[in-house]
Order: sequence, then C-alpha cells, then structure tokens
Amino acid sequence: MVARTLYDKLWDDHVVRTESDGTALLYIDRHLVHEVTSPQAYEGLRLAGRKPWRVASIVATADHNTPTRDWDQGIRDPISRTQVETLDANIRATGAKAYFPFRDARQGIVHVIGPEQGATLPGMTVVCGDSHTSTHGAFAALAFGIGTSEVEHVLATQCLLMKKSRSLLIRADHALAAGVTAKDLVLAIIGRIGTAGGTGHAIEFGGSAIRALSMEGRMTVCNMAIEAGARAGMVAVDETTLAYLKGRPFAPSGELWDRAVARWRTLHSDAGAAFDGTVVIDAAAIAPQVTWGTSPEMVTGIDGRVPDPDKEKDPTRREGIERALTYMALTPNTAIADIRLDKVFIGSCTNSRIEDLRAAAAVARGRRVAANVKLALVVPGSGLVKAQAEREGLDRIFRDAGFDWREPGCSMCLAMNDDRLEPGERCASTSNRNFEGRQGNGGRTHLVSPAMAAAAAIAGHFVDVRRLV
Amino acid sequence: MEPFRILTGIVAPLDRANVDTDAIIPKQFLKSIQRSGFGPNLFDAWRYLDRGEPGMDNAKRPLDPGFVLNEPRYRGAQILLARRNFGCGSSREHAPWALTDFGFRALIAPSYADIFFNNCFKNGLLPIVLPESAVDRLFDAVRAFPGFTLTVDLERQTVASADGSLTFGFDVEPFRKHCLLHGLDDIGLTLQHADAIRAFEARRLAEQPLAQKGGVCSPPPPRAPPGFPPPQRGGGSLTPS
Repeated sequence: MVARTLYDKLWDDHVVRTESDGTALLYIDRHLVHEVTSPQAYEGLRLAGRKPWRVASIVATADHNTPTRDWDQGIRDPISRTQVETLDANIRATGAKAYFPFRDARQGIVHVIGPEQGATLPGMTVVCGDSHTSTHGAFAALAFGIGTSEVEHVLATQCLLMKKSRSLLIRADHALAAGVTAKDLVLAIIGRIGTAGGTGHAIEFGGSAIRALSMEGRMTVCNMAIEAGARAGMVAVDETTLAYLKGRPFAPSGELWDRAVARWRTLHSDAGAAFDGTVVIDAAAIAPQVTWGTSPEMVTGIDGRVPDPDKEKDPTRREGIERALTYMALTPNTAIADIRLDKVFIGSCTNSRIEDLRAAAAVARGRRVAANVKLALVVPGSGLVKAQAEREGLDRIFRDAGFDWREPGCSMCLAMNDDRLEPGERCASTSNRNFEGRQGNGGRTHLVSPAMAAAAAIAGHFVDVRRLV
Repeated sequence: MEPFRILTGIVAPLDRANVDTDAIIPKQFLKSIQRSGFGPNLFDAWRYLDRGEPGMDNAKRPLDPGFVLNEPRYRGAQILLARRNFGCGSSREHAPWALTDFGFRALIAPSYADIFFNNCFKNGLLPIVLPESAVDRLFDAVRAFPGFTLTVDLERQTVASADGSLTFGFDVEPFRKHCLLHGLDDIGLTLQHADAIRAFEARRLAEQPLAQKGGVCSPPPPRAPPGFPPPQRGGGSLTPS
C-alpha cells in the first residue's frame, strides 16, 4: 500500500466524486456557524427555497459581536444586536445540533467551544466561515475557513467544491525552553516561512516539540497556520488527543468510543509518506517572540531589535518594512524590550483557553499592572473556561494585579465590540493578527504569548518572561 | 452570478504587498447582514482621513488625496493591480463584495491568499495571477500612461494592453473558468449530484456513527451563569422534528 500523509487520509475519506480537472466534491462532517459570516448564507438559502442538508452537522454560537461586560444590559450596539438576533432567528427556523447563544453558560469563541464540547473529533472535515477554523486541525481533523458563499454551499449540499492542496510538513524538533510556548513556536515558524509560506498547502505540524504540546498548545499552533498562508494545519492523533476528548459532551462513549479510538489511531502520516515540502525547526533555539510590524511574519525574539529597512535588499519588502515602522511609530534598531505599552489583551481563539490563562496568571500572581498600562484585559475563550478559571482562583489573581476580568468572546482580537484600541495606542496582544487597524482604527498591535503579555502588563514594556517565572 | 467573458477597463495600481482583508473592508462594516453596499467602505482606513463607522454619509467624509483610488485618473477603474499575497487574513467574503460593489471585475497580482482567491470566483471577480516580472511591467505602464486600460479575455486566458504591446497569458482552473464564463451557481451544480452525496453520507454515517446523528449525543441543558437572566428560548440542542 502507498504510504499516505495524514492529509491524504483525511482528504480521501471525504471525496464524494471528482471532476475531470481534479476538482473534488468534499463531504463536510461538522459545520460551525457564527453571526458575522452566516446571515447572507441563510438568506441565500431561503431565497432559493432550500433547507440545510444535515442540521445535525451544525454547531452555532455568537462570539464576534458580543460584549464582554454588562451582559445584563444585552447588546447595546443596535447593528451588532441585529446580527446576533439574525443568527438566533436563523437557527430557530432551521435548526442545529447545538446552539450556544449569547449569555448561555457554554457560549464562547467558536474555535474554543467546538473542541471543548467534543464537537470537533479526529477524522472529521470541519468548516466555518472564519479563517481560524484551522485551529481544529489539532485533533487530526481537516479543518479550514470558508467564505459566506461556501457557508451557503455547505448548508445546501453538505459538500464543498475544491481542489486538493499540496502538503507541507513542519517538523519542530527538540524541546521548547521553559517560558517558551506554542505561541512562540508558531510565531517563529511564520517568521521563518512568511505569511505566504504555506499558501496552497495543508500543513502538518510534527516533531517532538509538537508531540510534547498539550491540546491547547496544538490548537494555538494550528490556529495560526492561516497566518502562514495555509488554510489547514493539522497534528496527528496520539494519547494527548484521546485524553482530551474522552468524556466531552459530543464525543462518543462506551462501545462507540472504543470503535472510534481504533479508527482515530490510524490518523497519522505513514512512515515514508511523501510531502511536497518539509521545513525543520529547532524548537530549543526559539526565544519568546514579539511582532514589531503589521504582518505576523514581522517578528523577532524578545532579545532582538526592530529591523533597519536600509539593510533589506528586496524593494517590495523594504517598502513594507518602512510602511510598517511608520504605522507602528517605531525607529529602526530599537530594542524590543524598550517598547512601552498602553494596553494588554489576553484572549482570542489563539490564546484564551485554560492553559493560557494559567500561564498568564502565573506571571501576574502577586504583582501589579504598570501605571502606564491603561487597560489590561483578560477575556476567557468560553463560559466554561471562565468558570474553570474562577474555580482555580485565576480571576482573583488577575483582579488583584489590576487586570480586567471579562465575559467570553472574540473581543479585542478584531474589535467588533466595544473592546478596542484608540488611534495611536500600543498593545501587547495574545491574538493572531497585527494588521493595521485590526484592534481598532490606528491601533498598534504586538503579538505575543499569554505569559509574555502578562509580563509586559506588569513591566509596562516588553520583558523576557523567562526572567520572571 | 453575472457571467464574465471579456472586460476592458481602467487599471488602478495598489503598490503594496500582503494587503489583508481587514484593510480591504474593516471589521466595523461586517455587522451588516446584507451582501451589497460595501463599496463606499472599500479600503476605508486608507481612503478616508476620518474614522469610518456604519451609517455615516460617506460622500461627506474627507478623502485622503494620497490614496491611489482617490486620484481622478483612476476613477471608474475595473481592474485592480496589486502585489503578492493579496487578500491575506480573514475569510470575510465582504472583501470581494466590497471590491465588486466598488466596481472592480478583475484583479491582477503575483499571488493571492487561498480563501480570498476562492471567494472571488464565487462573486464573478476574476483574480488573475501573473509573474512578478509581468506585474512590474504593468505597474510601470499604469503609472506612465493616464487612462491606461487592459482587456481581459477569460475564454482565451489573456490580458492585453490597448496597443497589444503588453500581452500576457494566464492560467485558470477549467472548472472555475467554466462557472465564471457562464455565471453558474455552484450550489445548483452540486445538487445535480445529490444522489451521490446521499449515498456517500449514508455509508459514512453507518461506518462512523460518532456524534453525527442528531440526538445521539445531546449536550446537557443550558445553565445560566449566576446573576444573569436565563438565555432566551433557543438555547441548547435544537434538532427540529
């Protein structure tokens, strides 16, 4: 038998038919739905007189627009409220396997609650009208973001028309140093291959550094596959995967669990399977990472400096650096550790799970947010993460240190709700994009790990967290 | 979807790499539940000097004269010339909606992000890939000649300047080309294979019951957080009868 990659196996398992030019009709097992990218799809469905093909594939929640405080007052922004109410109405009219509406105890960021509920399982195809759907690949699922037309296509047909991507293995060897996390690993990978390095590819993350990560860490890595240009990132099944899933509400149980596990154990690349490309990273050499520019590939270690565009030979790249430094109001050769901050955001589908909050709390414990930091926000990824954190007393640690402890949602990752940067404000953020205006018009974002964000909040500027823990 | 065959239009040059979909259409405009009306907010943060919010009268907002789409010579442009990795970031289809609403029918760049590339085809917007060297020459030509136009012929897969001195062939997947040429609705095409999908699905659900079938693994009933009113009706598992 031909040795196959994990991606080959997931792909082959879902092909309904193939056109003569190689375009495949791919069956979709799990459809995650949120309020921003679904209203036009449901409207299209309705106008065409169609119904969702398989209602039991749909898990829905409101996350992008929802406020992170004063929940008793509902959603005050009328346009946001209309969008959330439209989702309510669409799900009520056509159904879902599960819906976690605004203020439900299990509501949260769609990429946090899918795995948390066991609605994301190994071997599945998982789609959502959201580019960070790659997160779910951590469970050896083929998971990728789609546009609204494709959301409608999946609703109407349970399938997508697509061509197979090329495969890229990113192997992270050796162990990450203490204080260096999955976020630093994936930022270092993006720094190495660039934001288009994975374009046209499905990435499998492997190697001992990946195997050593918790599921939370693997989700962080796969989450940012899209920032490397790859629609899908994935990690093979192992005991860590199984231990995470066992007992989750939507995971199979009893005899079905045993049967599922036997099948899931085959979800890895076969020995000798051929990839279209391979990148090898020495995880042990990675320092805590901080982005300095307006693209996730503009990143360096905490011991590094803001680059000098004059040293860049490629003209497009040089102009990109110059434009980024102007936007970020940074001068070449500034030490990263000398960059002072106005706000800190700990949250997002990249870093808002319990492990992330524990890492940030470990740094914040017994310390105080610096006077120059106007706001340090902690936004848990879901109601269940929040409840777990409160059981562990993490909320108390954050509050005592001067952080704001909020309700779950996407929040200041993309600033569709009231949590945002004002023009010119500089933020250490555990989110995934440092694009111009991403966290608010004119805002300046530096991407970091939760521990680094907490350390920056305490110091008021970036600081090497390895010296604090 | 409107068919795409031959297009002759003014070319506007956007000379920067890695233009992301947050830049193409900022997040505050994604709250709309419509598919249209995004054109006035295309590249909002670059186009206007003030901070754009939904509901503003865009005709009264101060324009940034330095932004290329505000230059009179590019008024009415239907072809956008860009640099590599155009459309990276968020999957928001609002990006191609904003581009088409503004008037663009074709894009030319050395490369695009995958999701954006895909979304364009669903909206009759043709994303053409040309080598960096060809894109460089087009940038030079656009800057040198006010009113510079290109003709895109999808059937023949060519891009050509009016005098024919710049002519480039491009690749496009046969299936996408077919759909675009005829303005075909993907969903209608896929539903022609409904029997094959049903057969596949029946086999898959029988082999892998997992949590696939409605009601197999219902979540626990919703529980309101302490101190907050209970969620409105519609919470929890919702499998219609």
